[in-house]
Formats: sequence, C-alpha cells, structure tokens
Amino acid sequence: MIVSVVRRTLIAGTPLLLGTIGEVICERSGILNLGVEGVMSTGAVAAFMVTFYTHNPWLGLMAAILAGMVISVIHAFASVSLQSNQVVSGLALTMLGLGISGLAGKPFVGKPLSVKMHDYAIPYLSDIPYLGEIFFDQSPFFYMALVLAPAAWFMLDYTDLGIKIRSAGENPQATEAQGVNVSLIRYGSIIAGGAFSGMAGANLSISYSGSWIEGMTAGRGWIVIALTIFALWNPMRALVGAFLFGGIFVLQYLLQPLGISPNFLAMLPYIGTLLVLLVIGLKDSRKLNAPAMLGEPYRRGER
Amino acid sequence: MIPSINITDREKITTADKVWALAFSIVAGLFFIGLIFLAFGVNPVFAIAKIFTGSFGSMYGIKETVTKAIPLILIGVGLAIAFRAKFWNIGAESQLLMGAIFGTWVGLNWGPHLPAPVIVPLMFFAGFVGGAFWGLIPAFLKIKFAINEVISTLMMNYICAEFLTFLIVGPWKGKTKFGFPYTDDLPASATLGLIPGSRIHYATLILALLTVAVLGMVIYKTRFGYEVRVIGENPEAARYAGIDFFKTTLIIMAISGGVAGFAGVGEVAGLHHYLSYPDSISSGYGFTAIIVAWLAKLNPFFVIIASIFFAGILVGGDAIQISLGLPAATVEIFNGTLLVFLIMGDYFLKHKVRFVAEPRTGHQTTKPLKTG
Repeated sequence: MIVSVVRRTLIAGTPLLLGTIGEVICERSGILNLGVEGVMSTGAVAAFMVTFYTHNPWLGLMAAILAGMVISVIHAFASVSLQSNQVVSGLALTMLGLGISGLAGKPFVGKPLSVKMHDYAIPYLSDIPYLGEIFFDQSPFFYMALVLAPAAWFMLDYTDLGIKIRSAGENPQATEAQGVNVSLIRYGSIIAGGAFSGMAGANLSISYSGSWIEGMTAGRGWIVIALTIFALWNPMRALVGAFLFGGIFVLQYLLQPLGISPNFLAMLPYIGTLLVLLVIGLKDSRKLNAPAMLGEPYRRGER
Repeated sequence: MIPSINITDREKITTADKVWALAFSIVAGLFFIGLIFLAFGVNPVFAIAKIFTGSFGSMYGIKETVTKAIPLILIGVGLAIAFRAKFWNIGAESQLLMGAIFGTWVGLNWGPHLPAPVIVPLMFFAGFVGGAFWGLIPAFLKIKFAINEVISTLMMNYICAEFLTFLIVGPWKGKTKFGFPYTDDLPASATLGLIPGSRIHYATLILALLTVAVLGMVIYKTRFGYEVRVIGENPEAARYAGIDFFKTTLIIMAISGGVAGFAGVGEVAGLHHYLSYPDSISSGYGFTAIIVAWLAKLNPFFVIIASIFFAGILVGGDAIQISLGLPAATVEIFNGTLLVFLIMGDYFLKHKVRFVAEPRTGHQTTKPLKTG
C-alpha cells in the first residue's frame, strides 16, 4: 500500500519536475514564461502523433522537445526582441499552444498508442525490497528528471554558462558590459525551458496516460509556475517541491473515502505556495533569491 | 551588401498611426491564423468567414455576442484600471467566481422574502464585495510582503475554483437537483430579466455600461485616476509626489475585483440561475478579458468595442465547432495569434524599424545616404 502510494507520488510529480526545471532556467535569465501550459500541451500532442505513426516513443519524445522549443520562440521573440510585456506574451503562448494542440490532436482523440514509453526496471537495484519498486522500476521520464534536476542545478550554480544566465536575470546592463549577449542568453534560456515543458508534455501523453485528449495538461503548466517560486528558483528544491505536489495529487484520492473533501486537499499546493512566499517575505525579502530583473524587458544600450 | 536593421523610437504617434497599427495587426493576425488552419487541413477562408458570420452574421449570433460581451466588458474595464497601475491581475477569473458565490448566497437566502427591486441590487452589491475581497488579498500580499501578484492571483484562481466545487458538491448542494452538484435554483425574484428572444440580461448590460462610464470618468477626470497612472508609469515619482501607494493599490484592486464580481452575479442570476462547476459559470472570461483590456489600450471606453470583438470570436468559435467539427480549443488559436500580432503592432507603432543598406567602405559607387 505505502509502496504504491509513494510510487504513484513520484509518477505524478515527474512531469511537474521536468516543467519546473525548464521554468527555473528561463526565469533565472530574467524572463517570466506564463506559456508553460500551452507548451506542455503542444509537447504532449507532438509526442503522441509521432509515437502513433512511428511506433517509437523515443522519436515521440524528440518531437515533443523540438515542438516545445519551436513554439517557445514566439515568447522569446516577443519578450526579448520586441521587449513586450512578458505576462501578456506568455498568456498568448498558452492560448496558442492549447489551440494548436487541440486542432492538431483532434484526429487522435480516443485512439490508443500501439507502444507506450515502457517502464524500465534497473537490473539489481530494482530487486531491492520496497525501494526497488519505488525508485528503480519507473518510466524513463522519472530517471531523466532525476538526473536533469541536479544537472540543471550544477549548470546554473557552477558553470560559466550558468553565471551568464543568472547575471542576465540579475543585472543585464552589467552583463552586457562584460561582453555577454544578454538577448542570446535569454533566447536560449526560454527555448531550453520550452524543451523541458515539451518533455513534460510527452511524459503525460506517451507514458502517464498513453492517449491524447484536449486539455490533458489540466493546469499542470500553471502548477509549474507556482512550483518554480515554491522552489525559490532552485532545481534541487524543485525536486522536493514537485514530489510534494505530486503527493498531494495522490492524497486527494486516498483521503476521499475518509470523508475529507478532495477539494480542500486540491487547494493545498496553491495555499502552500502562498505560505512559502509569505514566510520568506516575512523573514527577509532579499533571501527570496528571485532574479532581480524577472519580468523586466531589457533594451540594449539603455540604462 | 548586408542590410542591417536600424531601430529608433518614433517621436510622434498620431491617432491615424494607432488605427493603422491596429488594423494591420488584426489583418496580419487573421492571415497567420489562416496559415495555421491550412497547415492542419482546414479550409482557412471558410473557417475564418464562419467565425465572423457565426457571430455577427445573424440575429441569433449578434444576441449571443452581446450576451458574452457583458462579462468581458465588466472584467475588461476593471483590468484596464489595474493594468494602468501595473498591477498584473491574472485572477479576474476567480474574482468573478467569488462574486458569483457571494451573490448566489444572498439570492438563495434572502431572495424568497424580498421583491426583485430589493434583492437584485443586494446581490450585485454582495457580488462586488466578494470579488473585491478576493482581489484585495493579492493586493495586500504584494504591498505588505512583496509577493508577486501574477503568482498570487493565479494561486487564488485555483483556490477559489476548488472552494466553489466544494460548496456545490458539499454544503450548498441543491435538494431539488437529484444529486447533481448544483445549488438549488435562485427564487424568481433573484433572477434577471432577459430581452425577449435572447439571453441578454439587460440589467447587467446596463450596469456594465454604467461601470465603463464611471471608471472612464475616474481615470481621465479625477485626481485618483491621475495617481493610478503615475503609479504605473513612474512609481519613484509617485512616491515623491506623496501618492499613498498602499491605499491606491488597495482601491484599484477592490474596484478591479469588485466589477469582476458584478460579472459573476450577472452570469448566475441572468443565465444559469444556480451555481455549478467553475468552468460552466465562466468560460475563461477572466483570461479573455486580459486580451480585451490590452486590445483596448487600457482605455475603458474602447473596452466595450474590444469586448464585442472577442465575444464575437467566442460565439463564432462555437459555430465552427458545430459546423466544421473543430475542437473547442480552436478559438484559442484566434485569441493567441491576435494577441501576438497586437504585441508586434504595438512595437512597430512605438519604434521605427528600417532595413538600411550598410554603406560600403572603400569605394563609393552610390551617393551617400541622407542622414537624419
């Protein structure tokens, strides 16, 4: 029982984690991307279509990553090149992504996949009692997320590229003065974020459910945006946060028979995010670690 | 010769420029939408024509368009004020729902004992209070704890939607609804009259137009409206000018949330007559109204026109769903693409972008370019 609950928690948390890693990278460069929901949906439908025709879920995954990157260029163009309001262009991206995926996915609604992305049991490790079933007999998405979170953390905190991304979000003028092309960094970060959101979408359509229906992302893209803040822009904390949120999903179904309203449980992640922000805001707003220029358009040569 | 791009700020922007930019954005956007349709094997001319004939091409379509424009006008004008102060209220969707919850409570509990002229204003008042209450929380969180309002209003959307669902499946579940998750019907005195042959609840429509008139006056003619603009354009200057940031932000969000609450009461008392799932009370009006406010350039009077335009797209979207068998999300393509092109139009309105041939160095074969 407990084993199955923990396992399902991890499964539910995986797409959230993938999306959050991407959004963390994007926001660290100073760009707020509210388009995650749309990009995820696009990734989901791209993965499904390609897997449906090629019977190869790995090609589907690649298609999702590519689709996520391509559609994110819209937000990059609007928010970086045109210095538009990021809230507005992010919303536009969500609408476009949901619309295009709905239109593209119409012929595939209700059709099953011949091949899903199968779970892989890691030899030897999966034989460990309890732990093996929980951690080492999962979908490839879970393993990828587990590797990518620390990788993103390391990249952001300890590599040259990471310093450039973070300083683009903290002080673009000074960054530009150091000879770094801020626009390029931000374009790259948005597109990288799109790749992660696309992966998260693929996770839903070719692994989690193995089918496509309109609106299958069901608000996960918005949860990702909440999680990014919950995690205080740190991929490692995102790891904890995503599985915590995933756990709440699972709990909703578990506690329902006990007479606890599932609706109140469903509120918890959102109330939790607000509380985290509140507690940190109470202590010291500087510790919030938010990229200083998050959401601010940057125009070269302007002070 | 490599052409390079020369970008300068446009110094003077005339009204004609603005109209051209808008017209160009919409036409270019529709063209692009056509390309998307073409890519997915849908006849673009037919689909786009259907959107507009479905909404503006028949009496039924026009009536439905006006019906859907009502909540958009109310929310759009509230957002226009909030956005002017650079308060990014993404939570109008739940401010509408909270208004609907408060209004319905008043209608269900007091409606049976009071005549329509008393209960209807009371419901709208309660709706305003509900929406304002829900809008004030993120305003307070922003001022006191520096919590980003985009995030908090988004979170509040989910919290409210779950709360509403809790009410209709739990304590408020109607005794006459055969176990369906709806509240009981509002008593007749607590429902709004319709223009015969349509679903236009005229009381809300009049309220919406009055709201636009009042808020338009407030923005352009009062000191408060001036303060809102200063806070949005130059918060530093606002501080020096002694504008009370705390108070002004709270008032802005009380208004923005409150008028969204009006819209919630209108939807329930005018159309549904009972509370049901969040998605059926509002089909994303809180989000569509963001584009409405943006298209209207945050001008309350233009909000009316923009609302009718987007309400038309919503109605036309229903029409192509039925006639072409396209999915419900198709309408999002319209909204999203138009929004992107509006952003682009705005940029080209504010900046002069010219492709200039880079002058060659060394030998000069052409006359030097005029400068300035």
